[in-house]
Amino acid sequence: MIEGRAVMFGDNVNTDVILPGEYLTLTDPVELAKHVMEGLDPTFSGRVESGVIIVAGRNFGCGSSREHAPLALKHAGVRCILADSFARIFYRNAINIGLPVFECRGILGEVEEGDELDVDLETGSVKNLSKNSVFHAFRLPKFILEILSDGGLIEHLRRRLKRGATR
Amino acid sequence: MNVTEKILAKASGRKEVSPGEIVEAKVDVAMVNDVTGPLAVKAFQEIGARNVWNEQRIVIVLDHQIPAESVKSAQLHEIMRKFAKEQRIENFYDVGHGGICHQVMVEKGYVRPGNLIVGADSHTCTYGAFGAFAAGIGSTEMAAVFTTGTLWFKVPNVMKINVVGNFQKFVTPKDLILNIIGQIKADGAIYKGVELSGSTIQNMSIDGRMTLCNMSVEMGAKNGIIEPDETTLKYVKNRTSGAFTPLRSDPNAAYEKILDLDVTEMEPQVSCPSSVDNVKRASEVKNVKIDQAFLGSCTNGRLEDLRLAARFLKRGRIKHGVRMIVIPASQEVYSQALREGLIELFVEAGAYVSSSSCGPCFGGHIGVLAPGEVCVSSSNRNFIGRMGSSNAHVYLASPATVAASALTGKITDPRLLED
Repeated sequence: MIEGRAVMFGDNVNTDVILPGEYLTLTDPVELAKHVMEGLDPTFSGRVESGVIIVAGRNFGCGSSREHAPLALKHAGVRCILADSFARIFYRNAINIGLPVFECRGILGEVEEGDELDVDLETGSVKNLSKNSVFHAFRLPKFILEILSDGGLIEHLRRRLKRGATR
Repeated sequence: MNVTEKILAKASGRKEVSPGEIVEAKVDVAMVNDVTGPLAVKAFQEIGARNVWNEQRIVIVLDHQIPAESVKSAQLHEIMRKFAKEQRIENFYDVGHGGICHQVMVEKGYVRPGNLIVGADSHTCTYGAFGAFAAGIGSTEMAAVFTTGTLWFKVPNVMKINVVGNFQKFVTPKDLILNIIGQIKADGAIYKGVELSGSTIQNMSIDGRMTLCNMSVEMGAKNGIIEPDETTLKYVKNRTSGAFTPLRSDPNAAYEKILDLDVTEMEPQVSCPSSVDNVKRASEVKNVKIDQAFLGSCTNGRLEDLRLAARFLKRGRIKHGVRMIVIPASQEVYSQALREGLIELFVEAGAYVSSSSCGPCFGGHIGVLAPGEVCVSSSNRNFIGRMGSSNAHVYLASPATVAASALTGKITDPRLLED
């Protein structure tokens, strides 16, 4: 279960606003987190530290392949992202760094800023505790759940390598 | 099957695949640059693998922060040089030796029809212009490719865009792709493949085809692809003696959707701030004064683009108060442009011309914008903060529109200037 307060965004939130190009020389996730969403909302990194769930519209994370974007979100305190749809590279990057992302059609109509949400990683069921409602995101396939439960692709592959499954 | 399905089937050792299936595919070539590479190296080391799966199939190109403008960038470049040396990766293109990764990949013959190529850069989809399946991935995933040489893909539904007609004078492939994105919208091809075909594409040069496939990611596509033909084979055989198997779509191949377009009446297009799909006709964008004009990037920094811009800039000097930045897409393009006298022409017109790099496109190196400034650019994105200040405004257009605008000082339909 992932719990958090909802922080709302609209459609086409792109990686240039999530993490602007001028910070691409940073590789430390803590440093990256300080600048996350700076272009859209300079107060963002300060108000999500306690752990939030991003709720957004279509095409979240469109644009560049920079993994700095999901890394910055995760380390700023974003525990999970629920969106109508995701840009595919961002979607894969988020899973690979261990940030759960769920496609959830019509989510903007189900949630308001500040609602307390409770997401079941295995089933994709989302409880809105503030509205006493439940809705469903697309379930993640088993191999993606395995990557997430290992904390990301690096740890997942380390374990596979140890078992001699690769090379 | 369509060409995208055929390549995914071949790479995953299957006879057939269909949309929605997840396949584990063998990667033919993997590319990283100086922004995504260091994170991939870090992840590769954390995975604990000793050697890359195949050092000859990995290409490293430094192109974003070159030459290093800060100690931090210089250190990132060092990481990549060291990794290339340790792993005996000879396909390493340092400052001055290559240019923009996507142009280098093509010129050096790493891109071949029928191949499956991944790159840690979203514009990796450019290689679809050669009938390859090419998609952008992230750094951690690239570390997994470095380790195993394979990657999972969901076979996409493919949208076919059939284009016919001849372009009007000064209307270019860039105008076509902006027009398409304006229609399909930024998320219209999300998770999908986009196959471009039709007589307009068949008659198009390699440079133009690359511009089309390059921007397929701006409508959300997984890949953009053009079936290989004589033009493709001629180019590729000139660049590599390596083997490859061109694949084409079956005549009865299935598509999720087919879109028909005629370019005969198409006018020059401009993508207005701050979304690539906010596309208008250049003739509609009136009285937008510009501070900067940028000609370059993996979208429009090739010879054909420079030649087209030169047709405008030979007429006089860039408007007082406007700065123009010209950056060829590769050192090879730069060298050829020098031989043709294009570079001298740009300098005489008052442009700042540099060796090849990504330049101002991604807002992290040179040519960034101050708050309130306006830039007309031949590059691919105009999001808030893309090219510097989050209060700057970027208009995307063709090399002709960029050059015409640099002369007049405001966004200008290039057809208004007599040739």
